[in-house]
Amino acid sequence: MKRIIVVVAIIAMLCSGVRAHAAPPSIKIGVIVPLTGVSAPSGQAMKAAIELAAKIVNEGNSKDLAPLPLTSSAGLPNLGGATIEPIFADSQGNPSVGQTQAVRLVTQEHVVALFGAYQSSVTKTTSEVAERYGIPFVCGDSVAADLTERGYKTFFRVTPAITEFAKVYVAFFDDLKKMGKPIKTIAVVHENTDYGTAVGDAMDAVTKGTPYQIVARIPYTANSTDVSAEVNQLKAKKPDAVLFASYTSDSILFAKTMNELGFTASAIIGDDSGFVDGTFLKTSSGIMEGAMSRSSWAPPKAGTPAYKVNQMYKAMGFDFDTFEAAARDIQGFWVLMDAINRAKSTNPDAIIAALRATNLSPRQLLLPYHGVKFDAKGQNFEGAAIMEQIQGGKYVVVWPSAYAQAKLEWPFVGKK
Amino acid sequence: MMNVLNFAHGEFVTLGMFAAFLLFTFWHTGPLVFIPLAAIVLFAIGQLVYYALIRDVMRGPMFAQILATFGLLLFIRYMLFWIFTPNYRTLPATLLGGTAHLAGLYISIPKLVAALVAIALTAGVYFLLVRTQIGSRMLAVAEDREAARLMGIDPDRVQALAWGISAACAGVAGALLATFYYISPDVGGTFVLFAFVAVTLGGFGSVPGAMLAGPIIGVVQVAAAYYTSPELAEIAVFTMFILVLWLRPQGLLGRSLGGT
Repeated sequence: MKRIIVVVAIIAMLCSGVRAHAAPPSIKIGVIVPLTGVSAPSGQAMKAAIELAAKIVNEGNSKDLAPLPLTSSAGLPNLGGATIEPIFADSQGNPSVGQTQAVRLVTQEHVVALFGAYQSSVTKTTSEVAERYGIPFVCGDSVAADLTERGYKTFFRVTPAITEFAKVYVAFFDDLKKMGKPIKTIAVVHENTDYGTAVGDAMDAVTKGTPYQIVARIPYTANSTDVSAEVNQLKAKKPDAVLFASYTSDSILFAKTMNELGFTASAIIGDDSGFVDGTFLKTSSGIMEGAMSRSSWAPPKAGTPAYKVNQMYKAMGFDFDTFEAAARDIQGFWVLMDAINRAKSTNPDAIIAALRATNLSPRQLLLPYHGVKFDAKGQNFEGAAIMEQIQGGKYVVVWPSAYAQAKLEWPFVGKK
Repeated sequence: MMNVLNFAHGEFVTLGMFAAFLLFTFWHTGPLVFIPLAAIVLFAIGQLVYYALIRDVMRGPMFAQILATFGLLLFIRYMLFWIFTPNYRTLPATLLGGTAHLAGLYISIPKLVAALVAIALTAGVYFLLVRTQIGSRMLAVAEDREAARLMGIDPDRVQALAWGISAACAGVAGALLATFYYISPDVGGTFVLFAFVAVTLGGFGSVPGAMLAGPIIGVVQVAAAYYTSPELAEIAVFTMFILVLWLRPQGLLGRSLGGT
């Protein structure tokens, strides 16, 4: 009996590895995201967003989505209507797992480009693989500044990097002062891998010579069991504003612990990531009224292409309003698809050259970026960000005024 | 006690958390109901795991035992991923009080309740082991399975009971944690490392040892995080752990094996 079970199990395992390959000619793009592990909710949202982008382009004839690129005909017109086939790999949020997966995607799946990988630390190791094999890597969402400082020829980042975001915070604080809501002291609480450390470093750098003083910098190990020591340090320093660079599970834990220990400040700001994960809102909005986050997704006006794409995304059970990182990913993936089409070839060098020549205008984008153009380091220098705030259980844009949907609630409320 | 290192113990805690979550969501039961129910469910799962997996694996080499419980860990974790998706869930904060302010201290009521129940449970298990016949049987089987059999003890039943009780304790822990912690399919992994450290530090098989080691680890962790940097908290815990094992390999209250 036992032998039969073993045989059946082996056959089942073999079968699951076999994939049908009878599909029309398609262009494989390797996508590395955290499908399991602590950032899995974000990873699943990203996977859905990329599947949606590929579906829209593959099916084509979505005239109502013009002027978004590649929406007028099925597949990539310059490549005879070839379709895009994203091949997903799970990094588990772990840099070494991500690296192994990247090698597998390149050597066994023969993908023409890599895309990913959410955590800056994973993006670092996976883009190393791309550089080594000379294939393009497009990053939609990782913000650690040093990713574009490595002199890579194959790395392109569509999202603004953390230095740009840090400048956005300073501009926001400047505006707060004009509104009579001054911030003097800031605490930065960050997880201690590439991403969080980059946020801490960037805040230190951009606040130099400004009236804003970093009174505490509290690095911690991600995925903690308990953060009461961190919150007690905050209580001792009494900062006006706290900036969190934390992934989902830690953000939820910080919200609960601040509520339990009665810590509050004028402004509680999340540097995107955990704060914009839909599950954070679901679990914590009741005790985080008035918390803010920077974001690159401004909920679009009805009828715009971005609005329609979000409606399609909602039909898949997600929402760019709550999964902002996924919005930056769909934008990044679109840029890559557009470049492959312009390259007229799946040759990696041709795609890299096309990426380098990218020049998209705001009208061709889903996000409120000023455009997409890469500098010599592969960084999109036309990125932008907005500030949003949890009001009545959901995020609304409160800054800058051009995009604002509601008035800023001040100070932080916490428990409703 | 069970003569097997159960890597899936953290997943039993996760199962307890999900049991509490389901009981609350679908039947609107409060902690007074869902904690005992979680214990009963996990007791059954513990027994099932023993009869379906552990009993046979125990006859194999040590590696088979370790890999079997590790496989069980992956099985439970990914089953939960499949059924519940990786999303985070929480129970409403109001379910079990809020925060008490006592002489400048902030005491979270759910955490206080969890601590008290944990102490009571530990005392109960200790009492069961050293003061009752059933406990003596468990100790006898743990010490020498064959000798116990000669004394008329059915080792399978006793060990299945031990697995049931151990899983039930994990279930209670999970249900208690669910009142103040987030619930996700891989949350068990967050706790299990420290649980192993507590058990090893206290001395394998010593209930009072684990009871002593737990608070020591907690205090070292939080004090290190507060007075230095949260990054150093785990370094402090594991440095202490290595030092203790170096000076006292049997753990704080464990009996030394083969020494004087």
